[in-house]
This record gives sequence, C-alpha cells and structure tokens, in this order.
Amino acid sequence: MARRTTPKPITPGMLQNSFDRRSIILGTLQGAVGVALATRMGYLALFENEHYKLMSESNRVNLSLIPPRRGWILDRSGQPIASNRADFRVDIIPDRLIDKDKTLAELGEILQLSPIDMQDIKDKLDKARGFQPVAAGEHLSADLYAAVSVRQPDLPGVVPQRGFSRFYPSGPCVGHLVGYVGAANAEDYAKEHNPLLITPGFKIGKDGLEKRFDAELRGVPGARRSEVTAGGKIVRDLDTREDIPGKPIHLTINAGLQEYAARRIGTDSGACVVMDIHNGDILAFVSMPSFDPNSFTDGVGRLEWKMLADDDHVPLRNKILHGLFPPGSTVKPTVALSFLEAGLDPNESVNCTGGLRVGNRVFHCWQHHGHGQTNMWKGIYQSCDVYFYYFAQKIGSATIAKMLRRMGYGQKFDLPFPHQSYGTVPDPDWKEKKYHKPWAVYDTVNATIGQGYMLVNPLQQAVAASRIASGNIVFPRLMQNAPIRASEPLGVPKEHMDVIRSGMFEVVNGRGSAGRARLPFPNIQMSGKTGTAQVVGLNMNGGNGKIGAWKHRDHGHFICFAPSDNPRYACAVLMEHGGSSAAAYPVARDIMTWLFDQQKAMDVLLPMEKEWGGTPQERMAAKYRAYAAQYGVTAPQVDNSEQAVEAAVAGPPDNAQPPQPIQTDAASPDAEPLAEGAAPAAAPSPVPTAPPHP
Amino acid sequence: MNLTSRSIIPEPLRQLPWKILSALGLLTLFGSAVLYSAAGGKMMPWALVHMVHFALFLALAIAVSRVPRERFRQMAYPFYGVLVVLLVLVEAVGKIGGGSQRWLNIGFMNLQPSELMKPVIVLAMAHFFANLPPSMTRTWRALIPPGMLLAVPAALVILQPDLGTALAICFGAVVVIFMAGVPMWWFMAGGAAGAVAAPLAFFFALHDYQRKRVLVFLDPESDMLGSGYHITQSKIAIGSGGFFGKGFMNGSQSHLEYLPEKHTDFVFATMSEEWGMIGGLFVLFIFFIVLFRWGMGVSRRAPDRFSQLLAAGITATMFFYVAINMMMVMGLAPVVGIPLPFMSHGGSSMMTNMICVGTLMAIERWSRNSTSLN
Repeated sequence: MARRTTPKPITPGMLQNSFDRRSIILGTLQGAVGVALATRMGYLALFENEHYKLMSESNRVNLSLIPPRRGWILDRSGQPIASNRADFRVDIIPDRLIDKDKTLAELGEILQLSPIDMQDIKDKLDKARGFQPVAAGEHLSADLYAAVSVRQPDLPGVVPQRGFSRFYPSGPCVGHLVGYVGAANAEDYAKEHNPLLITPGFKIGKDGLEKRFDAELRGVPGARRSEVTAGGKIVRDLDTREDIPGKPIHLTINAGLQEYAARRIGTDSGACVVMDIHNGDILAFVSMPSFDPNSFTDGVGRLEWKMLADDDHVPLRNKILHGLFPPGSTVKPTVALSFLEAGLDPNESVNCTGGLRVGNRVFHCWQHHGHGQTNMWKGIYQSCDVYFYYFAQKIGSATIAKMLRRMGYGQKFDLPFPHQSYGTVPDPDWKEKKYHKPWAVYDTVNATIGQGYMLVNPLQQAVAASRIASGNIVFPRLMQNAPIRASEPLGVPKEHMDVIRSGMFEVVNGRGSAGRARLPFPNIQMSGKTGTAQVVGLNMNGGNGKIGAWKHRDHGHFICFAPSDNPRYACAVLMEHGGSSAAAYPVARDIMTWLFDQQKAMDVLLPMEKEWGGTPQERMAAKYRAYAAQYGVTAPQVDNSEQAVEAAVAGPPDNAQPPQPIQTDAASPDAEPLAEGAAPAAAPSPVPTAPPHP
Repeated sequence: MNLTSRSIIPEPLRQLPWKILSALGLLTLFGSAVLYSAAGGKMMPWALVHMVHFALFLALAIAVSRVPRERFRQMAYPFYGVLVVLLVLVEAVGKIGGGSQRWLNIGFMNLQPSELMKPVIVLAMAHFFANLPPSMTRTWRALIPPGMLLAVPAALVILQPDLGTALAICFGAVVVIFMAGVPMWWFMAGGAAGAVAAPLAFFFALHDYQRKRVLVFLDPESDMLGSGYHITQSKIAIGSGGFFGKGFMNGSQSHLEYLPEKHTDFVFATMSEEWGMIGGLFVLFIFFIVLFRWGMGVSRRAPDRFSQLLAAGITATMFFYVAINMMMVMGLAPVVGIPLPFMSHGGSSMMTNMICVGTLMAIERWSRNSTSLN
C-alpha cells in the first residue's frame, strides 16, 4: 500500500472534491461547445448568408432555353412548305445518365420502343458527346409524354419536353428543295459555342435552303426559369420569356405543283423543273426519289441508312443540282438556232438515208431507214440526226457552242444552293485545254445531238426552254425577295424563233416524236422537244438503251413550254435511265396539265399511284416496314450515318464529273419514239418498256 | 420550493420536473412543426408519429423515474449482460442474413440494442466505480475492468458497423471514468495515444465509406455530388436561412429534396432554413436548460457517488447526441448517423433519450428523498 514515496490514502472526500472540480471542467467544455455551435451558426447564417442564399437559389431555380420556333418556308401563295407542329418529345442527355442500360430499358418500356428504335438510340448515345442531347422519341402522344414525365425522377438524364418540331407537309416531295434540319453535332458546336445548340429539341439546318437560310429561320430562343427538385423534376415555372420565331422565307415555288410533279415521277428516278418564263420564277424543283426530311430530323438510324444506301436510284442525290446528263436531242432546237444565225435557210434540206458518211466513217441516224428529204422543221420534229450532222459540219462547232451557252447550257445560276454542277458545253478550245487533244469531227457530231462531252443539268434545260419560249434571257429565281432580272432579249430574230418554235409545236401537235404529249385541252397547246441520251456505248447494251440493266438504259428527256401561242410556263423533265424520251414526255404533259386544270391532272395520277403503292410517303413507309421485317436489328452499324447523309445530300463540289463514263467516241443515237402509229405501244405506265426499234 | 406548492395534485406527479418536461415538450412540438413542413404540409408520416413517440416514451421516462436506486444498481450488470448478448445476436443474424443489420425484430418493434447500450454502459460504469474502494481509484483496477466493460460493446457496435453509436457509447463511459477521479495523466496519455491511433485507425480500421466521410468532412467541396453533397447542402440550408429564416413551409432546400435525410439526421438544417438563426438559438437554449442547467445540476446535487456518476454520464451521453449532430450539420464534424434528440424523427433515439431523462428524474427524486430523510 505504501509503495510510493508519498503514500496518500484516498478518501471519499477527496473523490468528491475531484468530482466537483471535474464537473466544472465538463460543464465548461459543454458550454464551450454550445458557444462554438452558436458562433458557427452565426457565421453561416449571418456572415455567409448572401453566399448561401445564392447557392440555394441556384439549386432551386433552373434556367432553361426554349428553342425558338423555326421560321416557315412558304410557297408563292403563302402555303407552308416547311412549318412547325406542336410536339411532345423525350431526349436523353448522355452526361446526366447514371445507369445507362437501366434507364434505357425503362424508357423503352414506357415509350413502347421497338428493338430497332432501341438500337438506333444506343448507336446515337455511343456517338453523342457530353451534353449533346439524343432524341429518344419525337411526336409522342400526350399520354406517353405524361407517362415519361411522371417517371422522370427515376430516370436521371431523361428530359421530356413539349415544344415544336419541323414539319414538311409533303415530305419527300420537297426533300431536295429545302433540305432538312437536325440536331447540332460536335463540329457545329465547335464552330459556334452557343448553349442553344445543345438545348434538347433545337435543330439547325443541315442542307439545302434550311442550311443556307439558317440564320434567318432560326429566331431567338426564349428562356424559362423554373423551380426544380434535386432529381431534376420541374415543380413549377417561375417566369418565361417567349421565344421570337424565326423569319419566314418565301419561295417562288408552287407547293401544289411541286408535290404533283414529285408524285407524278412515280417510282422512277427523275427530275423536273418548271419555270414561269415571264420572270424566271421556279415553280417546281423536284428530284425523285428523295429522302423524307421529316424522318431525318431525329437522326438517321441503321435501317434508314441501309434503305437509302441500297437504293440504286440514289435518293440522296439531288439530280437537279448535282446530276449531269447528256441532254440528247433536246439541244437540237438550240443548235438549229445557231444554224439560222449562221445564215442557213430553214428550207434547205438534206436527204437522210439513215446515216451520213463523214470521212471514212458513217454516222447513223436513230432512224436507220432514213427520213428522206429533211429540212429544219422536219429535223426538229422528227429529230433527224443526219440533218444536224450535215449542217453542223458546215457551220462549225464554235457557233453551235456559243448559241448553246446563250441558251443557258453550261451556265451557273445565282441560286441559294452551295453547290451547282453546271456541266460542259464543249468546243475546240475547251477540249484542247482539258484533254490536250485537237477537236475531231465526231466531237461536232456528238455535240449537235447532245452526246459526248456535252453535259447539262435539268435546270439549264428548263432555262433553255424558257429562253426559247420567251426570246428573252430569262434567269431562274427561287426566292421571292430576289430581284427579278430584267429580261433582256436574246437578240435572236423573231423569224428564227418562229422556225424552231413551229418545229417544237409540231413535235407534240403534228407529225413529231411526242404525239402523246399533247395537252388534254382543245385550246391550249404545248410545244416541246424530246431527247434520248445514251449512257453507254453501243456494244455494252446490245445496242439497245431501252432494255437491260437499269443503269445502262438511256436517259429520257423532254423540254417544253405552254401555251404554244402565248408561252407562260416552261418545263424540263429528266427520267434517269428511263429508257427513252417516252418516259419523260407523259410526265411533262401531266405536270403542264396541272397548271391549267388541277383536277384533270389528278385524275390521271391517282390510278397510277394506286398501282405504284401510294404516294411517295406511303411507299417509303411500306418499304421501311418491309426492311424492318426483313432485317430487324441486324442492319450493320454505320460509322457516321449522319455525316454520310449530310455529305451525300450536299453533293459533290461544283461541276464534278458524273459517275458515268463520258463518251468521247462517236455516239450512235438511240431511237426516238415516233408519233402515234409509229410510236411504241402507248402505255400509261411511266416506265415504257419499248420494244427494240425496227 | 416544495413547501410552497402544496395542492391537490398527488405527490409523485407534483415531484416531476415540469419545467424541464415542458421545455422538452416545446422542443418536440417545434420538431413536429419542422417535420410537418418537411412532409410538404402533412402530419403524416412524421409529425404526428413524432408526437405520439414523445407521449409514449414520456410515460416510459416517468416509469423509469419511479425505480428505486437499489433496483438500478441491481440491474446494472444484468442489463449490460443482456445487451451484450443481444449485440452478439444482432451480429450473428446479420451474418446469416448476409448483410449488416443493427436491430432485432421483436414482434411489435425493431429493437436496436446498441441504442440502449448508451445509457446502460453509463449505468454499468457508475455501478462499478461506486463499488470500487476509493483507495483503488488510482490503481490499474480502476482502469482494466472498466476498459473491458467498454471494449466489448464498443467493438461489437463498430463491427455493425456504426461508428456514431460506438463513439457515443465510448463518450458516456469515458466521462464516467473521468468523473470517478482516475488520474488526470491517464487521460492525457489516452489523448496522446488517440492522436497516434487515429491516423492508424483511419487507414486500417475504418470502412471505405467511413474513410470517405472523414475525407469529405475535411474538404466537402472535393466531392460536391457525392458524400460532400450532404454537408454542402446542409450548410446551404442553414446559411440561406439567415437570421429570421425563409418562413414556415418555405424551405426550398428541404422541399425540393436537395437536403438529404431532411427529417432525421439533418432535421436541424431543415429547421434552420425556415426558422433561421432564431430557431437555432431556441433549440440551443432548450438544450442549455435541459443539459447544462438541469442535467449537470442533478449530478451536482446527487446524494451519493453512484447517482453523481450516473447523472454526469447520462447528461454527457445526451450532450454527445446534440453536439455531434449539430456539429455535423454545420460542417464541423464528419457525417456520422446521429440524430438530434427530440427533433429528429425516429423512435429509437426518442426512446434512448427519454430513458436518459427518466434516469435523471429518478436521481433527482432520490436526492429529494435523501434530503428529506436527513
């Protein structure tokens, strides 16, 4: 017990003293903690109050942009070509996803998405970066929208929204005219660091007019301040600044005609341009088949891409702007004009025996039996090749090329499209420069019948028709606010014009090559010129451009204007690989008919459409269903389908050469259909399967 | 005092510390108001239940206050033993169930033995030191047995794992040991040892989530969307409330669900947002009255060593709840799951705190009886 140096017995009294002392220590400690807590509270609530108030507000209030309503695209009478419709949509923000697979599965269940839709969303999510929204559903019903909204707290990263989406009432009929819109991609965002671009539901113009006039159409976004929970659910809107819709743009297009022309081209690959010759207004600007711009707005799925890529009619190619075609005999009236200007008497004739020997070669007429005595009128309405071979050599290619250019061939027009392929009007200088080869006799021969190096686009053909019809230098015009270029006279004497106009009148209304193109009116006539252009050499297709592989068939052309006595409208129709001009002129006839009597034109179209399986929209939907049934989710993933589509629709740079081989050798013209009786069996089908010509 | 208030109210009821019980009732009502607001203006599921808990466990506290001192001392070790067995059982059931679990379902309620251990360890410690001859208070016999007494339940609770409760148990026990008069330098040495052990424990003993909580406490902004989120949002709630608060039912942090655990561990933040610093000072004031004035006073006035130590330990246990919870919500302590007495929703904590209050009332009664005997 007394081991220590100072053994101190401990008594209860000592313990009581120690307890009292220590309870003061404990009390002090507690009091100190209490004071510390009160101080801390004061620091947070008073000193830092402003700071935390701000943080609390930024928690509570969420500022979101309201995508502006896009400006409408209107036709000449104010009818919408592109409008907006109220829309319920659901987007996914990749960066806000927590459990991607679970959220997707749940969302798929709520929205009743098919495996194909799910696959497309997954593809898009894999490619999307950060806050770039991915559309999971557009054009939802109010019920589905409500179902997603209710579940939103359990679906982080999913943003249901009501807003407006782009709507093209006639779908594929205007695809190549207006382009399409889509969500901004990473490159767009890199170019323009605008938070609007990553606002769900906002679309920018991706092609065509939508892209060219994006700045005008875009508008100013609105903003919405709303109270949100931590889970992102909107409790209530605090205040809203309305968006300012984009400005409308007015086109010279006639929406009804545009749609009719697109539908009338049917299942073929074709293009059509209709112009008002008084002021150059483009009334129809159609390239079919096309894509449906409505279905591109939420991106391009695997199946959609496969459908477009598999189609040998190349729906993504704009044949008016990016297609170049040998025009065939449609250039003959222009060539004849150059003859007249060079002083040729239109009554001077040549005896066509079915061919013409030039040097040691024989150039054939399409009519191997020959046309007999042929003057200029007959040369035009019977499209006699020998007549043109003969006089072209006398007059020379330079004169011919000059007249062709005056009529608009080889010209680039001032239209709001980024690229235009304007083709070639060959002459000796051009050939020397391009190929370092001297001009040969067969080059002249080819050029006079619209073959060889000669390449044009359908717009130029319509312009040429307008200029022939009016005698003025008509320029095409697409925007209503674009100035009308004063129509200067071509400077071609009226007598010359009368000659070729009467020849073209005869093509349709007389002994010419397109008797079935006659308009179904007793008092309105149409004048025109057929053209059948070879795409491959004789030996490749057994010498017949009407049968065989589709891509080896001849192109069918028709240019025309009406009414013949007092021209108002000009039209050019191209049926790519249509076999012959017989594929083109019935289409031109019906389109012209529409301008004078819509009902009559529709009566012709509707039975045909029944045979084809409906309107272009209906046919595309049916095709998609068939693809979905056949391929399901097995379609291969495309690396960058959206960029691929953008590139394909944007087309090649100016005046890139067409994919088909250019014929640099002597062309042998294919048969032009004859007038009634001699013409191949008149079929109402737009794909005439003409028998080999006798 | 007693002489003046003669009335028709029966003696046992008159003896209850009504001022203290009213203060606690007021605090509970205030808590209910906060819970009412947190539930979006509904009595259910929290506010009403909170008041029912109070009434129910107030009866328990009054019952406890009637227990004689000898019964307390008799039951100290048996209670302790039963709770240790239950803690082992919880651990075993948890292991079999394939997960960690803190309670046992005993039919009508979920019993959380670790919760009950908080007052019972204090009881056991007080009993031990009251029995220890004064001469031994400065020998190893004053340290080793209580050390064992504490180590077993503390270890079991840490295993659950429930760091907050284990700390509360330790705190109550250590305060009793301290008040019992063991040498001061032991505590100094203990503190030094703790300073060495803490980093070791941090790296080797803590679970990942616990380690993360400590790290986040040191730097909440390092993990704004993860664990730091709790602390940050709580500070925003308190700070944005200002002096007068945003007003009843106007707390955006709680109503828009930015505040986690707004009805349990973070109820003080929920309250502060709507009632401001005024509300906070009110809560602090009530605890000052109940713990500092009353609890410590009961301990000082206690008639004998056992009662003194018991009262001091019980007060310390309740203090620990309040201090740690409020430090946590204000960003002064890491996030440990400890509720705020009489404010947080939850039956277990209300029960423990009411047992503590009942115990203090019993001690107050004993001292009254012993004075009247003297």
